[in-house]
Amino acid sequence: MKKYELFDHTADLGLEIYGRTKRELFANAALALFDVMIQDIEPPTKRGGKERVKTRTVLGADVGDLLVNFLRELLYWFNGLGWVLNRGSILVCGNKKLVVQCTVEPYHPERHLIKTEIKAVTYHQLAVEKTKTGWKARVIFDV
Amino acid sequence: MSEIKLEKLDDNRWLLPQTGAMRVPGIIYANENIHDLLRHDESARQVANVAHLPGIVNFSLAMPDVHWGYGFPIGGVAAFDLETGVVSPGGVGYDINCGCRLMATNLTFPDIREKLKELTTALYHRIPSGVGSTGYVKLSGKDQKKVLEEGAAWAVKAGYGSAQDLETTEDGGCLGGADPEQVSARALERGKQQLGTLGSGNHFLEIETVEEIFDETAARVFGLHKGQIVIMIHTGSRGLGYQICDDYLALMVKHQAQTGISLPDRQLACAYLSSRRGQNYLAAMACGANYAWANRQILMYLTREVLEKTLRASPRELGMRLVYDVCHNIAKIEKFSVAGQEKKLCVHRKGATRAYPAGHEAIPACYRSVGQPVLIPGTWGPDPMCLPARPKQWTKRSAAPATARAVS
Repeated sequence: MKKYELFDHTADLGLEIYGRTKRELFANAALALFDVMIQDIEPPTKRGGKERVKTRTVLGADVGDLLVNFLRELLYWFNGLGWVLNRGSILVCGNKKLVVQCTVEPYHPERHLIKTEIKAVTYHQLAVEKTKTGWKARVIFDV
Repeated sequence: MSEIKLEKLDDNRWLLPQTGAMRVPGIIYANENIHDLLRHDESARQVANVAHLPGIVNFSLAMPDVHWGYGFPIGGVAAFDLETGVVSPGGVGYDINCGCRLMATNLTFPDIREKLKELTTALYHRIPSGVGSTGYVKLSGKDQKKVLEEGAAWAVKAGYGSAQDLETTEDGGCLGGADPEQVSARALERGKQQLGTLGSGNHFLEIETVEEIFDETAARVFGLHKGQIVIMIHTGSRGLGYQICDDYLALMVKHQAQTGISLPDRQLACAYLSSRRGQNYLAAMACGANYAWANRQILMYLTREVLEKTLRASPRELGMRLVYDVCHNIAKIEKFSVAGQEKKLCVHRKGATRAYPAGHEAIPACYRSVGQPVLIPGTWGPDPMCLPARPKQWTKRSAAPATARAVS
């Protein structure tokens, strides 16, 4: 199963994200966000010592708002704190609450190539739906 | 443009009739060429969506190069009643007080021809741009608070320019009502190292020559002449403004149900202007606006420094002075005549600038005889322009967006 796909949206960037379960959908959304923004110049395993584990609880008015707030939180990790996501797992995944545990490391220009700057996660044409095969979401980012 | 039907009013105006839950009709300023462009995006639908918001006065407006945005279209203008109306972060945009600053010089192109490459390199070196760029100005917490409260005046006090620069900056480069307490720790953190940077996307610093004069009188008053080198800066409040918008958008979405306002698009999340949440957003937004004015003031100072050094010119020889600085992502409380009565309104301009006429008290005394300079940066097609504002009524006291996509 594909984890995500990019779609054209005028000057902005759209992501269609998939998952067999809602939990997998949110995990793939996190992966897609950092995949689009950052390319590893060397594999994270070679770096050692810099990684740390972060746990966050995110709330939302509904599942769509929860997805936007989750991606907002991760985007702040990069734009505000300078952290790059290496891996993570969703510990709790409801419609209005999510708990995530992630392994992050500080952004370093010699290790990470910034491919695309994402400035904000928007609600524009936001969609999160259950499909026959699992879950699907569409999110548009301001770039 | 899907099912939206526009009715042609004249060569440059289209009426978007009031239907369904729209509270007012829309007006789109567009000629036939632009009208054709509207068929390919959702901006007309967005003009209609804005017309659903409570307390909107007269019309939901779109300036000539309207195009698709988040919630409000870019080029969207809407005024709201202070008692019954709302403020919407989506009506201001993520980059609070994104704006343009035009600087004139005593130079002509032959003065810089041989030094152009050196000049460009020096500008790139001195003025950080691109993703995540950080600047030379490092702010302490105390200084940052002052930047948010005082705007360009802080920059001048800190030595980045002169008091004369403030005279030709919209509102003297400081929006009142700023309260740093309403700005999140996250936004403050993002703003600490970005003062004096351009950023990425469509932001730029451009060396331009004045190619054509359309109005000799206005040009003389603005201090512009054919062949002159001028510099235009287009940037805003950087990560700080983005974070303020995002924080309040999340907060307003969270509490939207409590307001009882039904929205056609979640990105239009809003709060009543009379509510604490609405007032807090305005106070935080003013901080973002002031940060942006300080930023453009510092960028002007750095540019002047680079030009003087590279061209080995004295300040007098260079003669750099600010023509005007005007924002195009903002919500401001302004007085207008509505149905014969003077009223204070909260005017949202997203990708649209103020355009006050000759004689208006809010424009610098030196320009009052011809009207406020309206700065329209170019795009890959049309060239940038500096125009004197000549509106006749309040609905026209706004002008086209920042990065013009089409020119009528």
